[in-house]
Amino acid sequence: MPHYEPWSEERARTVIEEFSHLEGPLMPMLHAVQETFGYVPDAVVPMLAETLNVSRAEVHGVVTFYHDFRHEPAGRHVLKICRAEACQAAGGDALTAHAEHRLGCKLGETTADGRVTVEPIYCLGLCATAPSAMLDGKIVARLNERRLDALISEAQS
Amino acid sequence: MTIRIYVPKDACAIACGADEVVEAIQAAALAARQPVEIIRNGSRGMLWLEPLVEVVTAEGRIGYGPVGADDVASLFAAGFLDGGAHELRIGKPEEHPFMARQTRLTFARCGIIDPASYADYRAHGGYKGLERALTLGPAGIIEEVKKSGLRGRGGAGFPTAIKWKTVADAQADRKYIVCNADEGDSGTFADRMIMEGDPFELIEGMTIAGIAVGATKGYVYTRSEYPHAIWAMEKAVEVARANGMLGANIGGSPYSFDMEVRMGAGAYVCGEETALLDSLEGKRGTVRAKPPLPAHKGLFQKPTVINNVLSLTAVPHILADGGEFYANFGMGRSRGTMPIQIAGNVKFGGLFETAFGITLGELVNEIGGGTATGKPVKAAQVGGPLGAYVPTWQFDLPFDYEAFAAKDALIGHGGIVVFDENADMKKMARFAMEFCSVESCGKCTPCRIGSTRGVELMDRIIAGERVEANLATLTDLCQTMKLGSLCALGGFTPYPVLSAMNHFPEEFGAPRRLEAAE
Repeated sequence: MPHYEPWSEERARTVIEEFSHLEGPLMPMLHAVQETFGYVPDAVVPMLAETLNVSRAEVHGVVTFYHDFRHEPAGRHVLKICRAEACQAAGGDALTAHAEHRLGCKLGETTADGRVTVEPIYCLGLCATAPSAMLDGKIVARLNERRLDALISEAQS
Repeated sequence: MTIRIYVPKDACAIACGADEVVEAIQAAALAARQPVEIIRNGSRGMLWLEPLVEVVTAEGRIGYGPVGADDVASLFAAGFLDGGAHELRIGKPEEHPFMARQTRLTFARCGIIDPASYADYRAHGGYKGLERALTLGPAGIIEEVKKSGLRGRGGAGFPTAIKWKTVADAQADRKYIVCNADEGDSGTFADRMIMEGDPFELIEGMTIAGIAVGATKGYVYTRSEYPHAIWAMEKAVEVARANGMLGANIGGSPYSFDMEVRMGAGAYVCGEETALLDSLEGKRGTVRAKPPLPAHKGLFQKPTVINNVLSLTAVPHILADGGEFYANFGMGRSRGTMPIQIAGNVKFGGLFETAFGITLGELVNEIGGGTATGKPVKAAQVGGPLGAYVPTWQFDLPFDYEAFAAKDALIGHGGIVVFDENADMKKMARFAMEFCSVESCGKCTPCRIGSTRGVELMDRIIAGERVEANLATLTDLCQTMKLGSLCALGGFTPYPVLSAMNHFPEEFGAPRRLEAAE
């Protein structure tokens, strides 16, 4: 399970500073912020804007453009199910429906108890052993209902 | 005596349980008091056999696959450390029919060497291309690439040498090599496999490109969905730097080149080269209008070579063996080899590198063995989410940029996704529009609005509302998107939609047209 730190402006400053020597550092900074806190807090936007000498709107525009960056913390575990064509060809749609049914929430939502966020992902590059999914960074291929159930149980534990 | 065992560290092998297999082998070896050395190689590309475990024996490497952690005990009992018989034994991997039929240039080392080992790379012909490049100099390198006939493997098929020459001729205080490793197409995994299985090859290719055009800095832009590839690349960059093959005075030459690996954030459109450049600069990944071309004003407005992983990894071979050698493979204006990825509902999915000219039918039916479900093949989508659905009656189509284009299809990045008869083509057409609407960068109207209207039209068609009129509107919309979009996302989304509609009209509730049945 991923461990995130509580929000701290001081900590955020250190994280951002680490990448300030790079060319085009905004993406690496945003990734690092999310890796530290589990999401990209609003409070970090003006900090980034100041560091990079760009407007807040520009930073906000970047944060909201990319699917990866979260505006709010996710559930304790994140289950990403591939929805791309190769996985669909191998029965991915039925597995997605099964996961939604078992978790009681739709893709893009978090279970009521806050344990699991289930999201679509478009291609993990495991298309010859489809369908596939990713649980907190752990990738699983050749998914079937049994293996998916095991993943869901792991996420709910 | 220590026995050497190879267990792939390829993401596909890991996703199929390779790490657990390693643990099981270590535990079983410990119990048997048999010292073993486990090497984590890349994948050979026979992905249905992953995890493919190989044992080094007196006769060579003997493969077993697909091995699960619970197979390890029986493998030890069968004496697999000496290459003993077992139901999972496949013999020498390189003699397997799937491998024996291939022409491997780019993937020659993938699955064989330890991807983290510089010595291994060198021992298997690595850096031969760079050594020759250093003797040829910039103009000589570009001439060699020109002779090879290499065309961009990302999908557009633009001649690589022309791109390089443009950047070489541009005057600037700084130039860049950008590797497009944002392999977002479903059904493609060649970039991932080479970055995980032979990362030095990409480093070598980018270094040669840098020398050819006078660039001193390179970026590999890859996907957050590829954590294993990122680790492998970053590790290899470090090792190359430590060995003097990146940084100042590469290999003792007057040339300098260094590189970094950067990660995207889940935006498919960043696979489009100008969106990728904006993303690298720390902006929204929106598509730029061309001109100016990236070759003139690319990353940070400097002249930039932006090439796909497979284009850059072809370069070391072209330099090592000569452009003519490479050009000897292929057909028509499609020269050399193409790493083709066979995926989806297929029995023997994997990476198949071969000269251009092989037919789609051979790839799907003979090499891929048909569907995994055993049901008849219905269609194959070639070239990712923007590629056409090719019906079985067009399976005589040879893998060639021009032949595909003539049938309103595209090779793209060489991914083939196989569908069986259960595939619902209406749903696939709707998905293509939906995907485009989710991933559109929003810059141009045909893509941003058109894809949303496309989803709505498909919903009405699926619901059986005024089907004929809606199909006509959809065709018209597709035409607008094709001609009016700024990049391939909006411009090519009509391919899967129209191909599904034209080849399977009865599923859309329209009468089958004569020309579609040809």
